Amino acid sequence: MEERFRAISAADFFYRNREMAGFDNPVRSTYTICRELLENSMDACESGGYLPDIYMRLRYVDGEALEIKVEDNGKGVPRRYIKRAFGQVLFGSKYTLRQTRGIFGLGGKMAVLYGQITTNSPVHVISSTGGMERYSYKIMVDIERNEPITKGESIERNHGQWHGTVVKLKFQGDYARARAKIVDYLRHVAIIEPYSQIMFVDPDGVFYFFRRKAERMPRPPLEVLPHPQGVDVETLRRLIERFGQGSLIDFLVESFHRVGRRIALKFLRKTKLDPEMDVSELAKKEELIPKLVKAMNEFDGWLPPDPSCLSPIGSDLLEIGIRKELRPEFVAVVQRKPSTYGGHPFIVEVAIAYGGGVHAPSQGEVNLYRYANKIPLLYDVHNDVSMKVIRKIKWWRYKISPESMPIAFFIHVCSTKIPYKTVGKEYIADRPEVEYEVEWGLKEAARKLKLYLSKKRREESLKRRRAALLKYLPHIARFATELCGEKKIPDYEKLVAKEELKVKTALQRLA
Amino acid sequence: MTRYDAARKNVLEKLSELGMNVYLQMYRGRLPKIYLPSRSTSNIKYDERLKQYVLGSEHVERSAANIRHIKSFTQLIWVSWFASQLIREGKSCSLRDLYYTSLNYPEFRFKNQKESDDIITDLESILGVPREDFKISPEERSSIFGDLTIEYTVPPSHAGRRVNLLSDPDGKNIGMSIATAEFVDCGAEMVIVIEKGAIFRRFIEEGVYEKFKAILIDSAGQAPRFTRLLLRRLKEELGLPIYILTDADPWGMHIANVIIHGSANAAHIKGLTTPEAKWLGLWASDLQKYRKLPTLPMSERDLKRLRELRKDPRYQDSFWQSEIETFLKLQRKAELESFSAQGLSAIVDKYLPRKLKEVSG
Repeated sequence: MEERFRAISAADFFYRNREMAGFDNPVRSTYTICRELLENSMDACESGGYLPDIYMRLRYVDGEALEIKVEDNGKGVPRRYIKRAFGQVLFGSKYTLRQTRGIFGLGGKMAVLYGQITTNSPVHVISSTGGMERYSYKIMVDIERNEPITKGESIERNHGQWHGTVVKLKFQGDYARARAKIVDYLRHVAIIEPYSQIMFVDPDGVFYFFRRKAERMPRPPLEVLPHPQGVDVETLRRLIERFGQGSLIDFLVESFHRVGRRIALKFLRKTKLDPEMDVSELAKKEELIPKLVKAMNEFDGWLPPDPSCLSPIGSDLLEIGIRKELRPEFVAVVQRKPSTYGGHPFIVEVAIAYGGGVHAPSQGEVNLYRYANKIPLLYDVHNDVSMKVIRKIKWWRYKISPESMPIAFFIHVCSTKIPYKTVGKEYIADRPEVEYEVEWGLKEAARKLKLYLSKKRREESLKRRRAALLKYLPHIARFATELCGEKKIPDYEKLVAKEELKVKTALQRLA
Repeated sequence: MTRYDAARKNVLEKLSELGMNVYLQMYRGRLPKIYLPSRSTSNIKYDERLKQYVLGSEHVERSAANIRHIKSFTQLIWVSWFASQLIREGKSCSLRDLYYTSLNYPEFRFKNQKESDDIITDLESILGVPREDFKISPEERSSIFGDLTIEYTVPPSHAGRRVNLLSDPDGKNIGMSIATAEFVDCGAEMVIVIEKGAIFRRFIEEGVYEKFKAILIDSAGQAPRFTRLLLRRLKEELGLPIYILTDADPWGMHIANVIIHGSANAAHIKGLTTPEAKWLGLWASDLQKYRKLPTLPMSERDLKRLRELRKDPRYQDSFWQSEIETFLKLQRKAELESFSAQGLSAIVDKYLPRKLKEVSG
C-alpha cells in the first residue's frame, strides 16, 4: 500500500508537537503561557529602550477557564504586523543574530494557539507605537493554512501617546498547581532585571509586586552578521541567495562577522577556491556548499566573534537584583570575559549570595538560580552544566558547604546561541567552553566569599576574646590580689583596652 | 612548731607566691600565665630511687591570653584563694563541697565535679603538695583501730583534744583530723592494713590488736590518700612496721603495691608512699602452700590485669615477678574469707603468726 505524504503547515506542526514548546499538561501550559507573554513584553520594552513596567493578571472566566492579560509599556507592534505577529507561526522579529530571549518568536504564538484549541476563543491584542491611534484586534489562527483570521478590528484614539501592547486570551489551565512555579519564575525575573517593575494579580486576588530598584538597563545587544565558524548549510544557502551576484571574496567579507579581505583571501587560498569566482556559481553546484561549510567550520584563522552582540546584565545590576529580592548578608558577583564556542560568542556571569534572607537548601539540594539570555531556567536543574560544575568543585577548599550553608548561586549565560540540550530550552548543555567559564566564575566568586567569611570569623573570634577577657579578668585580678595580700587591684581595664587596640590593628590588616 | 603548723605555713607561702606571680604580671600590663607540670602519660616517669611514679620535666602553659584557657585559669586562681581561706580559718571541705561552693560564681562555676577535681589536681601539681595539705579532701571511708593516743590539730574546735583509738570498737574514720593529728602515745608495735571491712572487724573481735600489739587499718579497697599519708607517718614518726593483708588476686596485690610505691594518678605528689611496708599475703605462692584453702578460677579480666602489671615498673623486682608468674600459672584466686572454711579464727590463729614470722624473719 502506498504511503501518503502530505506537507503540514508550521502551525499544524507545532499544534501536533506542542509538548516540545512546554504545553504538555494544564499545569505546565499555565506556567508557559505566563512566561512566554511576559518575555515578549520584556523584549518589547528593552528593544525600545523603555524601563519595563509590566502588569499581568490571571482570573477565572466562564467557570473553569483562565483568562490572562499582560500589559506592557514596550515599543508596540506596528499595525501592519499585528495580525501576523499573533496569528501566524514562525513570523517574528527574531531571525537575526543578536541576543534575544526566545529564538524563533514562537512561544507567544503557541500561547495563542493553545488558548484557541482549549477554549475556541480569539486572542485580543491592543497595541500602539506611540502615535495618534491604537489598534485593537481579535485574532484566531487557521491551523491548517497557518494564517491569521481576523475576528474583530477597531481603531481607537491614543490618549497620552501611550506605547505598548496588551494581550488578553483565554485557556484551560491549572493555576492552583502552577502557582508556585509562576511566582518562583517572577522572582527569578525580578532578580535578573532589577530595572523592571512587575505587578501580578493572581486568580485568588493575591497581588504580587516586584519593585524597580535600578533606573538603567544594560546596553542593548547589537545585531551582527553570522560568524563563519558557526555557519550551517541552510544558513549558507540563504546567505548566498540573499547576496545575489558578486565575487566569492566580496560575499565572505560582506556576509560574515569579522571577516576582512586579508583573512578571506587566506581562507580561500587554503581551500583552493578562486576569490573572483561568482557566488551564483556556488548556488548551482550544490555539492560545493557542504564542503564550503565544513571548510569554514574548520578553518582556524577567523577572528573570534565580537561580543558587542551580547547584553550581559553587569555586575552592579546583578548585585542590586540579588540584594533586593533575597536580602543576603553578602554577595560576590563575577563577570567573565567574553568567550566563544563553535563561532558563537558568550559571556558568563556568576554570583554567590550568603546569609541574611538566603536560607540553607533543603536536604540534598542546592540553591541555584539559572538564567540564559535573562530567561530563568526552572526545570531539569540536575542536568544543567551549572549543577555539574557545582558538584565538581571542591568547596571545602573555600570553606564553603553549598548543601548546609545559607548560600545561593546565580549563573547567567548570554549568547547569540545558547547551547540548550533539548528543544524544551530548560537546561544548558555541558559545552567545555561554557563549563570552563562557569567553573572559573564560581571559583572566583567563592574566593571572595571565603575571604569575607574568614574575615567575619576573625572578627567574631576577636569579639569573643574581648568578651571573655572582660568576663574573667576582674575575678583573676581580685583573687590574685587577695591571695598575695596586696591592697590595690591591678588595672585590668587597661589590659582589655590594650587587647582591643591589638584587635583593631589586626582587623585593619585584614581589610 | 608542730608538724601541722609547718605544713600550714609552707602551703600558705606557696599559695601567696602563686598569687604574687599572677598579680605582678597583671600589674606590669600583661595577661597573666602560669606553668604547671604536665600530667600527660609521656611525662609520668618511674623514679627508681623514690620507688614511685613522679612527673618529668615537661611543663604546660596556662594563659589568660588564650580564651580556651581563661575560664580554667580563673577557676585555678579562685580555688587557690579558696584554699588559702580554708587554711586561715582552720576549716576543711570535701571535693563535693568545693564544687557546690563554685556555684556561687556564675561566671566561672564548675560544670561538674570532674571539672573541679581536675583543677584541684592542677593546684596540687603546681604547689607540689597533696590536696589534704590545703584542706580539700574526698569523702572518708577508711578506718583505724588500735592502741594509739593522738592529739587533734584540726578543726580548731577539737585542737588539743586527745583520744585513744581503742575507744571505738567500730574503728574510727581516717579523715583529715586523724591524718594530721600529733601522735602522743603508742602501745602498738606494728600496723596491719586489711583490704576489707569484714576481716578488719574479725581482727578486732579476735583481739589481734592485743595478741600482736597491732594497730589495725581497714583500707576499704585502694587506700585513700589520707590513709596512705597516715601510714607513712606511722612508719616515719613511730617507726612501726607496716603489713598489708589482701585477697590473693591482681587487685589485692595492687592495693599493697600502691601503698608501697604510690599510684600513677598521684605522680605529681610526693610523701604518700611507704616503701618499707610489706605485703603479708595472700600471695599466689600461699595458694600452693595452703592447699586446703578453697580457691576460685580467675576471670579473663583478672588475667589481663596480671599481664599489664607484669610490665609495670613497680613490679620489676623478682618477688613481684615470681608472684605474678605463679598467679598466671595457677589461674586461681582466693579471698581472705576463704580461711573461714577452717573455722572463723583460723586466719588469726594459724595464718597470721606464720606469715609474720616468714616476712619479718
